[in-house]
Amino acid sequence: MNFNVEKIRKDFPILHREVYNKPLVYLDNAATTQKPVQVTEEMNRVYETINSNIHRGVHYLSDMCTGEYEKAREKVARFINAASTNEVIFTSGTTGSVNTVAFSFGETFVSEGDEIIISALEHHSNIVPWQMLCERKKAVLKVIPVNGNGELLMDEYEKLIGPKTRLVAVAHVSNAIGTRNPVERIIEISHNHDVPVLIDGAQSIQHEKIDVQKLDADFFAFSGHKVYGPTGTGVLYGKEEWLEKMTPYQGGGEMISSVSFEKSTYNRLPFKFEAGTPNFAGAIGLAAALDYIDNTGIGNIAEYEKDLTDYAVSKLSQTENLKLIGTPAHRTSVISFLLENIHPYDAGMVIDKMGVAVRTGSHCAEPLMGFFGIRGTIRASLAFYNTRKEIDVLHNAILKVKEMFR
Amino acid sequence: MTVDKIQDEIVDEFNVFEDWMDKYNHLIELSKNLSPLDKKHKTNDYLIKGCQSKVWLHAEYRDGRIYFSADSDAVITKGIISLLIRVMSGRKPEELVNADLYFIDRTGLKENLSPTRANGLVSMVKQMKMYALAYHAKEQKNGKQNG
Repeated sequence: MNFNVEKIRKDFPILHREVYNKPLVYLDNAATTQKPVQVTEEMNRVYETINSNIHRGVHYLSDMCTGEYEKAREKVARFINAASTNEVIFTSGTTGSVNTVAFSFGETFVSEGDEIIISALEHHSNIVPWQMLCERKKAVLKVIPVNGNGELLMDEYEKLIGPKTRLVAVAHVSNAIGTRNPVERIIEISHNHDVPVLIDGAQSIQHEKIDVQKLDADFFAFSGHKVYGPTGTGVLYGKEEWLEKMTPYQGGGEMISSVSFEKSTYNRLPFKFEAGTPNFAGAIGLAAALDYIDNTGIGNIAEYEKDLTDYAVSKLSQTENLKLIGTPAHRTSVISFLLENIHPYDAGMVIDKMGVAVRTGSHCAEPLMGFFGIRGTIRASLAFYNTRKEIDVLHNAILKVKEMFR
Repeated sequence: MTVDKIQDEIVDEFNVFEDWMDKYNHLIELSKNLSPLDKKHKTNDYLIKGCQSKVWLHAEYRDGRIYFSADSDAVITKGIISLLIRVMSGRKPEELVNADLYFIDRTGLKENLSPTRANGLVSMVKQMKMYALAYHAKEQKNGKQNG
C-alpha cells in the first residue's frame, strides 16, 4: 500500500495542536473533517488574488473567478464521474442538497397519496425534508426497518416499494452506527419499479470511490466539509433528465435567464438551481480537497481506513462492559458504543479531558436511537489521518472512564 | 451563610485540584451525597429536558424559603446539581432572584453549563430562578394584601 500516514498528518496543522495540555486525538470525523493546508492555502489564494463575483462582470477578476468556479464544477464531475457538469449543482451541504430535491422533485412529481421511502438509519437531514414534503403534499412516508445489527431489512424494502412510491432516499453509510448500506441493490430494486433514488453520501464520499454512473443513482448528495473541504459547501448530483423537469428550489440572481414583473424564465442547468451568489471560494476549496484525495488515492484511503476500523472494532469489542451499538457486516469508519452503567455524557466529559474528541448523543438520528432503546451513544469516527496509536489513546481513555465511574 | 460566602467556599474547594480528573472525581463524590429526589418527583412533570443528560427538579416553598431537590441520570451532572443546591436551596426568594452565580465560572465548570452542552443544567439554573421570581412575586402580592 502506497500510503504514509505520518506524511499525510503533516498536511493537517490542527492535528498537531494540544487540548487540555494533551495531544489532540481527533475522532469526530463523521461530524466534520480537518483541512489540509492545500485547501486553506487555495482559499486564501482565491481571496487574495481573484476574489470577484462570478458570472456577472466582464472585468478581468470576474472572468478569472468564474473560470475557476466552473473548473471546480468540472473537478467534482470527474471525481464522481458525472456524465456532464450540468448534473453538478453546488449547494451549502448535504442538508441543502436533500432539501433541494425534496422541494423541487416534490413540487413536480409528488401528489396526495404518493409515497416516499426512507430508512430507519437516516440522519435527521434525510428525514425531516421528506416529512415536510409529505405534509405539504399529503403524501406518505415509509421507513425501511433495520435488524438488531443495524442493517436494513431488504425483504421489507421490497414489500414497501410499489406503484405509489415516487422516490427512495437512503444513506450510503449511517452516520450514527457506520452501516454501509447495499445501495447498489436498493437502486436496482427501485429502478425495477421505475422509481428514482437519492443517495445521502455525506458519510461515503470521503471513504470510497463514488461513480454515480456505475451506481446509477438518480441523485447523490454530499457535503464539502466532510470530505476535507470548506464548511458551507456541498454538492447535489442529479441526472439531467430529472433536473431538467424539476422546478427551481429558490429564486434569485443567477438562476434566471430573463426577469419581468409578468414572468421570469429560468436559466439552464446547472444554474437553475444556484440562486444568488454561490460560495465560489468554497467550491474552489472543495476542488482542492478532491485533488488532495485523488493525489492520495481513494483506493489507498479506503484500504488504510478499513484496516484502522477493523483494529478499532476489535480493540473496543474486547473491552469489558463495552457494548457496540450497531454490528453491521459492512461498516465504514464509524463505531458507536456504550459503557455498561455509565452515562455517555459522563464518559464523553472524561474522554474529552484526555484530549480525545469523540461525539456523544443521538447523532441527529433520534429514531434510530429509539429503535435500540437508548438515548445516545459514544461515537468514534475515523479518517485516513488517524493512527492505531490514537485508537490506543481512546482505549486508555475508556479504561480511565471505567475506573472513575465504577 | 450568604450565597456569595458559599460560592467562595466552593471556589476554594475546587482551586485545590490541578487536574481535570481530580475535579471530576470530586464531582463524582459529591453526586453520591446528593439527597435523593422523592420518587414521585422523578416524573416527566419535573423533567428539565437536556439533549444529553436528564435533570429532574422539584421546588418547595416553606416558611418563606425555597427548598430544591433534584436528580440526574448522569453522574457529573448530578455532582454539579449538588453544588447548585448547596448554593441555592433553603434561601429566601429575594436572595435567589438577585444571585449572581459566579462560582460556575471560577471553578472552571462553566463549559458544563454552556448552552451548547445541552445537558439540562442551563435550563435548571433558569428554572430555579423562575421559581424564585414566582415566589417572590407571590410574597409581594400577599404582603400588600396583608398590609
